[in-house]
Amino acid sequence: MIITEHISKRFGNQQVLNDVHITCRPGACIALIGPNGSGKTTLIKSILQMVIPDTGKVLFQGEDIAGQWSYRGKIGFMPQMTRYPENMSVGEVMSMMIDIRKDQKDLDEELIEQYHLKEIYPKRMGTLSGGMRQKVGACLAFLFQPDILILDEPTAGLDPLSSEILKQKILKEKAKGKSTIISSHVLSELDEMITEVIYMQDGQVLFQKTLEDLQQETQEVKLSKMIAKIIA
Amino acid sequence: MIAPKTYLILFLLISIFLPSAQASIWHVGKNERFKNVADAIQHAQVGDSILVKKGVYHEHNLIIDKALSIIGQGLPILDGEGKYEVLSIKASHVTIQGFHIRNSGISSLKDLAGIKIYDSQHVQIINNLITNSFFGIYVQYGKHCTIKNNHIIAYGVEEQQSGNGIHCWNSSYLQIQNNLITGHRDGIYFEFVTHSIIKNNRSFRNLRYGLHFMFSNNDTYISNVFTNNGAGVAVMFSNHVNMFYNTFHQNWGDASYGILLKEISDGIIQGNHFEKNTTGIYLEGVSRVKMTRNTFSNNGWGLKIQASCQDMAIHHNNFMNNTFDVSTNGTLVLNNFNGNYWDKYDGYDLNRDHIGDVPFRPVSLFSIILEKNPTTLIMFRSFISALMDKTEKLIPSLTPEQLKDQFPLIKPVQL
Amino acid sequence: MNKIYKHVIADIIRNRIVLFYTLILLLASLSVFSLEDTSSKGLLSMLNIILMIVPLVCLIFSTIYMYNSSEFIELLLSQPLQRNAIWWSLFIGLITALGLAFFVGAGIVILIFEPSFLGLMLVICGLLLTFIFTAIALLAAVLTKDKAKGIGLSIILWLFYAIIFDGIVLFMLFQWADYPIEKFMILISMLNPIDLARILILMQMDVSALMGYTGAIFKDFFGTSGGIAISFGTLILWIMIPFICSLRYFKKKDL
Repeated sequence: MIITEHISKRFGNQQVLNDVHITCRPGACIALIGPNGSGKTTLIKSILQMVIPDTGKVLFQGEDIAGQWSYRGKIGFMPQMTRYPENMSVGEVMSMMIDIRKDQKDLDEELIEQYHLKEIYPKRMGTLSGGMRQKVGACLAFLFQPDILILDEPTAGLDPLSSEILKQKILKEKAKGKSTIISSHVLSELDEMITEVIYMQDGQVLFQKTLEDLQQETQEVKLSKMIAKIIA
Repeated sequence: MIAPKTYLILFLLISIFLPSAQASIWHVGKNERFKNVADAIQHAQVGDSILVKKGVYHEHNLIIDKALSIIGQGLPILDGEGKYEVLSIKASHVTIQGFHIRNSGISSLKDLAGIKIYDSQHVQIINNLITNSFFGIYVQYGKHCTIKNNHIIAYGVEEQQSGNGIHCWNSSYLQIQNNLITGHRDGIYFEFVTHSIIKNNRSFRNLRYGLHFMFSNNDTYISNVFTNNGAGVAVMFSNHVNMFYNTFHQNWGDASYGILLKEISDGIIQGNHFEKNTTGIYLEGVSRVKMTRNTFSNNGWGLKIQASCQDMAIHHNNFMNNTFDVSTNGTLVLNNFNGNYWDKYDGYDLNRDHIGDVPFRPVSLFSIILEKNPTTLIMFRSFISALMDKTEKLIPSLTPEQLKDQFPLIKPVQL
Repeated sequence: MNKIYKHVIADIIRNRIVLFYTLILLLASLSVFSLEDTSSKGLLSMLNIILMIVPLVCLIFSTIYMYNSSEFIELLLSQPLQRNAIWWSLFIGLITALGLAFFVGAGIVILIFEPSFLGLMLVICGLLLTFIFTAIALLAAVLTKDKAKGIGLSIILWLFYAIIFDGIVLFMLFQWADYPIEKFMILISMLNPIDLARILILMQMDVSALMGYTGAIFKDFFGTSGGIAISFGTLILWIMIPFICSLRYFKKKDL
């Protein structure tokens, strides 16, 4: 589905990505973990071409994405903290996004209903709290039935109930055979969802392993324990 | 016996009635006794009239040497064929009326004209159309002559190939009224002409000056309109010249002025309109001229007054929408600018006497800079030039400190 | 591209600063025209507003807007949209909103009080300066990483074009007063859109003064249809060049 081939990126004198090589197979649910500043967000941004790598290339469904843009129609992205134009209402943001992807007719409004988002449609984005905006971001990520979901710290700022709703939604999509990449600090909530783990440190991929492999290696059940054991 | 008294009465009667009884009218035309005007003039007696019918007459140089009234009916054409002076008037009391005079000769040696008056008095030239002539109407040593309601039109391209519309030299007591002059070198030219009146004429699109005025004293010009002449109007080396209610309009060019005044003294300039000229009035060596109730609007420069001018009384004039109201070339100021209306004045009038409480300085710093370095014009109306002007208004350093209006009017003078 | 620019316009038009700017322009233009006896003084005030205030507001507002929209731009980038289209939409959104603000606030008033070629010239120049300085702001915003630097850069650019450039030109004029540099000055004036707009308006406003010798040289250029065409062409280039530079930079920029 997505393969990054030896991508490197340097910001000034800081090497943020160093020869990163990952593979995301269809149906995989990958946890992208690592300490702050390890390059997780930059890697995600490289996949979305918000950051253009100095060397290496990103393949999406077998095709180099350099200079491409339509492939992003198949990605549902939920950014870390999203700011929207302050003067737009929630409804306007939604309709703008729908406008952008006009050709996508089959919309998934499950999250919208579960979050009761329609009730806040008339509210201006500028007046929303961080958690509310995260909900808008989540709804947008799932709305267009994407083949792959990229969620950057999805539960940060969400209340536990909303967090749970989101988790259930991810599982549901996973069951449909969709690929997911989740970057998160909160390892406990990833346990039931993921099939693979990519661990990054200092711009490098320390390992990419399936959950089974990790369990065999570490003989642990909890993801946090496995990671702790393998890093140590 | 007849008393001597009776003789006297008889003599008086005869002397009164005889000339009029004898004055005859001669007709000239295709089907008349005379086929051309020259024959008629030869037969006519002093005081006779000659009526000329419609037609084209090639008279070569027609000389009028006795007091006759020659009147055209239906605008007969006298054609100079580009070679001759069409009409030469060499007698007093001649009237020329109702002709179309065209195509005079062009000569660089002789000043050929459509109509030329030589050394005569009481000549009247009325209602004629003069086209394509070298000089239109030329007066030399004329006195008490009237030039009225003529249209003088030429199509001059170069100054050398073109004479003046109405050219007056060494004459006096002339009346020049209601004429229209265009396309000549100078519209009206005066040299050594005194005690004359120029009134209600329109002079436009002449190659050089609309009115050119030299060494001519005690003349008045009233209600004339001078528009779009090559260099506007020039009045030089004269005194006691009065100018009332004239309009000077759209005289555009570097050396073009509404009026160029040079070495003039003791006159009055009143009620004139100067509009859209590069310079409204340029004054050099002018003294004791009273300038009042004139309007200067939309000119590049309202007044360009050189330091050589003195004792000018400039008051109750309106200065509106000019790029620069006044500019000068020195710091010496011997003229009085008090009591004008300046639309650029932004002072106040606390005691409501319609006179501004702080003086106005009509010379802007930028006009001084421009005088020294004309290319700076390209920076005009930029923020930095406005800044410099404001600073200068507060602390005059380059602009003449004395050139100011102590009593600027708050409202325009009603005219 | 047309997918999002209408949303961007809808967003900017409702921006309080844009509304405030429109209102201030409206108040200023109405008061300068109704307080003065002659329209020429009002026109002079409007000239200063167009040459000074419009570029400043466009630069600062557009720069700040671009920074405040950086997350929004990221969001758009994650959508199936070309970078080209995003940047164009933002630019078109900004110039439409600011151009509309200028036209409603000042343009209509100018055309009502001065329905002449001069009035039209003022409005056209005001709009072109709005577009130019928005394009320059986009370039300033895309070139600098943080907001403070970006705003600083746009203030410096404004100072340069509005004041410093003219100071340098004036200095040059005095230094080379003895040389015939009029034609050269025409060329120099092309390097500053504010000067170019000012001269184009000057040609209409002070037509009598410009009939003098030096003025005639400028008039021969800026007053002819060919010269006006070249000047407007240059102003259009002043929109296109900064914008295209910013676009090229944006296409390669990491967000």
